[in-house]
Amino acid sequence: MNAVGNTNAPVYGVAAEFQCARDLYHAAQKIRDAGFEKWDVFSPFPIHGMDEAMGLKRSILGKLVFFGGLTGFLTAVTMEFGTSSFLYPLIVAGKPTNLFTVPAFFPVMFELTILLSAFTAVFGMLILNGLPRLNHQLFNWDRFKKVTEDKFFVAIEARDQKFSTRSVSDFLESLGATNITTIHGD
Amino acid sequence: MSNASANIDHSDKLSEDEKQLVRPPLVLNQREMGWISSYISSIVEGKTPTWWYVSMAITVPMTLMCLLLLGYLISTGVGVWGNNHPIGWAWDITNFVFWIGIGHAGTLISAILFLTRQKWRTSINRAAEAMTLFAVVCAGIYPALHVGRVWMAWFLAPVPNANAIWQNFRSPLLWDVFAVSTYFTVSVLFWYTGLIPDLATLRDRCTTKVRKFIYGVLALGWRGGNRQWRHYEMAYLVLAGLSTPLVLSVHSVVSFDFATSVIPGWHTTIFPPYFVAGAIFGGFAMVLTIMIPACAIYKPLHDLVTVNHVDKMCKVILLTGSIVGYAYLMELFIAWYSANPFEREAFWYRAFGPYWWAYWSMMFCNVISPQFFWFKYFRQHLVWVWIIVQFPNMGMWFERFVIIATTLARDFTPSAWGMFHPTWVDICTFIGTFGLFTTLFLLFIRFLPMICMFEVKAVLPEADPHYGEDHH
Repeated sequence: MNAVGNTNAPVYGVAAEFQCARDLYHAAQKIRDAGFEKWDVFSPFPIHGMDEAMGLKRSILGKLVFFGGLTGFLTAVTMEFGTSSFLYPLIVAGKPTNLFTVPAFFPVMFELTILLSAFTAVFGMLILNGLPRLNHQLFNWDRFKKVTEDKFFVAIEARDQKFSTRSVSDFLESLGATNITTIHGD
Repeated sequence: MSNASANIDHSDKLSEDEKQLVRPPLVLNQREMGWISSYISSIVEGKTPTWWYVSMAITVPMTLMCLLLLGYLISTGVGVWGNNHPIGWAWDITNFVFWIGIGHAGTLISAILFLTRQKWRTSINRAAEAMTLFAVVCAGIYPALHVGRVWMAWFLAPVPNANAIWQNFRSPLLWDVFAVSTYFTVSVLFWYTGLIPDLATLRDRCTTKVRKFIYGVLALGWRGGNRQWRHYEMAYLVLAGLSTPLVLSVHSVVSFDFATSVIPGWHTTIFPPYFVAGAIFGGFAMVLTIMIPACAIYKPLHDLVTVNHVDKMCKVILLTGSIVGYAYLMELFIAWYSANPFEREAFWYRAFGPYWWAYWSMMFCNVISPQFFWFKYFRQHLVWVWIIVQFPNMGMWFERFVIIATTLARDFTPSAWGMFHPTWVDICTFIGTFGLFTTLFLLFIRFLPMICMFEVKAVLPEADPHYGEDHH
C-alpha cells in the first residue's frame, strides 16, 4: 500500500479513490453502516442525498443565521430609536419619534437584518468548516488534487475508534476503492 | 435530477409525444466533468489573448478619464456638472439608478432562480453576479460624489456629526445608503462563496508557485469534503433566501427616493414594483450584451451557455419589458384618473414637452423593442438578440432620465421651471463608467473562472448518485 507525507509523522488516515458519484454514494452508505465516525467523502460538487448516505444531520447553520439576523434587527431598532428618540430627538414633518414611526424605520431594520444574517451565513459556514486554513494533511497526496476536477475520494481518519491501517484499507478495498493510500502528516 | 437522467438514457424508448416533453440538456455534446474544469480553467491559465490587450487599451483610458473627471469634480465643485435649480438631480442620479438597476439581473439569476430550482442558471450565474458587483461599483460613484463636498459624505454614516446631530432615519436617502451598501456587501459575499470551490480547482491545477500561492490563499483551504459541502450548501441556500428579498428591496428603496416626495410624476405607489421590473429588464439585457460576445470569443462555451439559455433570458426580458410597458400606461391612466391638474400636466409635459424625444425613445426601446422576443427566430439568433437587447440598455437609461429630469424641470410654479443641459464633464464621466465596468469585467474574465464549474458539474446526468440505476 502507498504512503504519502512524512512517514515518520503520525498517520492522518487512510484515503482511497472512486471513479463516480454513484460508487462514492454507495460506499458512504456502507462506511456509515460499519459504524465509522471520523471520516468524510470528497467530491468536485455536492452530491444530492449524500448527507443521509453518510448519516449526517442537517447543518445547524440555519439556526445560527436566525440569531445573526436577530442581532441585526435589534441593532437597527436600538440605533434608530436610540438616536432619534434619545440622543437627538428628531421631529420630522411635525411628527416626533414614537411607535408610529416604525414604518419609516422599517427599511433600515430590514437591511441590517439581511446584512448580519449574510455575515453569519458566510463566516459561520467558514468557522463550521474549519476554514480558512493554509494546509491539510490530505494535500500531501498528489492524486487528491483531482478532487476539485472529476474524481471522488474517501478518507477515514486515524482518530476514529475503529481505525487500524490494515483493517480500514481492506475494508475500502472490499468497497471497490482504488489507489488506497495511507496519509501521514508533515 | 434522476428523471432527467432517465430521460436521457431511455429517450429511444419514448413515444413522439413524450419526446416533446423531454427537457433540452443543460450541457451539450455530452461534455464530461474533466472537460468542464480544464476548458474553463484554461481560459484563466492560458496566454493572455491579443483581443484582451486591445480591449483593455480602450477601456483603461476610459476608466482613467472617469477618475480624472471625478478628481476635477472634487477639486472644483459639483458645478462642473450641468445640475442646476430646479434640476438638482440630473445625470448623476440617472446614472446611479441606471447602474444599480443593471446589477439586479445578477442577483435575480443567482438567488431567485436558485430558489425556484431553475438549473439552467448554473452556467450564467457567475458572470451575472460579477456584472452585478461591477455595476454597483459604477453606481456607487454617483451618490457619493453628487453630495458636492465629498469629504462630508461621512455625514451619511450613523455617527453624530460635528454638532452632535444624528441622522434622520426617516429619510429615504438614508434608507438608500443602507440598502445599497448592504446590497453590495451581500453580493460580494454571495459571489465569493460561490467562487471558493472553483478557486480550489484553479489552485489544484496550478503549475507555478506564485499562482499556487494566490489561488491557494483565495480558496481558503477548501477540500470538497461532504462535511464541508453540507454547511456550504446551507450557506448558499440561506444567502439565496436573503438576497431574494434584498434585491427586491434595493430598487424599491431607490424608488422611495422619488415616491416619498410630493413632486407630481414622482409621488406614485406604482414605483417600487415598476422599478424592480425595469431593473431586471435592463439587467438581463446587459447580461446578454456581455455574455454573447464572451461566448463568441470562447466558442466551446456554447455547450454550456446554449441557445436555450439565451432563449430563456429573452423570455424574461419580454415578460419584464411588458410589465414595464404596463406600468408606463398605468402611470398615464392614473395621471388622468387622479383629476389632479399637476399630475396631468407632468405627464403631458413628459410626452409632448421639450423632452418628448427622451420619452418616446424610452417608449420605443422598453415597450416596443422587446416584443420581437415573442418570435422564436429573434430569441434564438444570437446576432438579433444582441442587437435587440441594446434597446433595453438605452431605454432604461432614458427611463431614469425621463423620470428625473422632466419631473424636476416642471413642478408647481412656473418660476421654478427650467431645463437641464449636460456639460462635457457629465457626458465624459458617464462614458468613463462604461470603461470602468468593462475593465473590471475583462479582469474578471482573465483571472477568475467565468462559469461556475462545480455547479455545472452537479447538473450533469452522471452527477446523480443513482445515475444508470433503473429504479426511478
